Amino acid sequence: MLILECPYCGVMADETDLHGGGEAHLKRFGPGSSDDDFETYLFHRKNPKGVHFERWRHVSGCGKWFHAARNTMTLEVYGTYSAQTTEPPKAIVNAVKKKHPEWEGWT
Amino acid sequence: MSNAVSALQGASFDGYCKVEEAGLTGMITLRGELASAGVAKAVKAVTGAAMPGQGQITEGAKGRAGWMSPDELLLIVDHADAPAVVQAASTSLAGEHALVVNVSDARAVFRVKGAACREVIAKLAPADTSVMQPGMLRRTRIAQIPAAFYLEDDETAVLVCFRSVAQYAFDLLKDAAKPGGEVFG
Repeated sequence: MLILECPYCGVMADETDLHGGGEAHLKRFGPGSSDDDFETYLFHRKNPKGVHFERWRHVSGCGKWFHAARNTMTLEVYGTYSAQTTEPPKAIVNAVKKKHPEWEGWT
Repeated sequence: MSNAVSALQGASFDGYCKVEEAGLTGMITLRGELASAGVAKAVKAVTGAAMPGQGQITEGAKGRAGWMSPDELLLIVDHADAPAVVQAASTSLAGEHALVVNVSDARAVFRVKGAACREVIAKLAPADTSVMQPGMLRRTRIAQIPAAFYLEDDETAVLVCFRSVAQYAFDLLKDAAKPGGEVFG
């Protein structure tokens, strides 16, 4: 069972309290962008075996969206953080790097 | 206007905890910037309760104020007073970006009474009820429906859900409180 701490409520919520929102930190390519960029934005998602950044919604709690950094292989959670950001905060990146010095970064 | 009736009109069940529908309860949703002094003042004025912190519910002379999310409060007052409370709070928050709505008739409230009230709720919700203390509020789900609960005292849990699923919630609680279903004996 995946258990994430909601950064807004401060409670440990398990995945039945949450709703997954897919990959985090997507950059939107809208009208005026090239077809390739638009296709990538719409359809191409990462599917890593290892460190992954995801969006989650505390659906039966506060109803807010937040971000989580976790490992898809070990199910380890590195941390959760606010949705009001376009990139993972330093503390989360450092937590991942500490565990995986060879990790190549979130982009 | 027709007489107001609560969802299950006070239905109750005696199991190893007593489950009862709480009857008419005034409930008000207040959304806005919770850090603002205006909101705290309005909450204090209508319920007598202090501003609740994250995950808390506070009690005042005229009602309770529960923290529902970073921008939402639940005010619990007397059912008959609710329209006046909405009026008073709206007036006092006129200058702010805030919303006050009477949701009393959209909700159902249950009381679970007994030493094992935490256990009865723990059977249904993914929340850690053992850490719950009076003064804390948790929004979660019971079985398939959203619900929030808090403890009035160590042996009384209050559970709030939508009125449309009141019968479902009551059936769940009844089942969880059935004699012979004790987990920790």
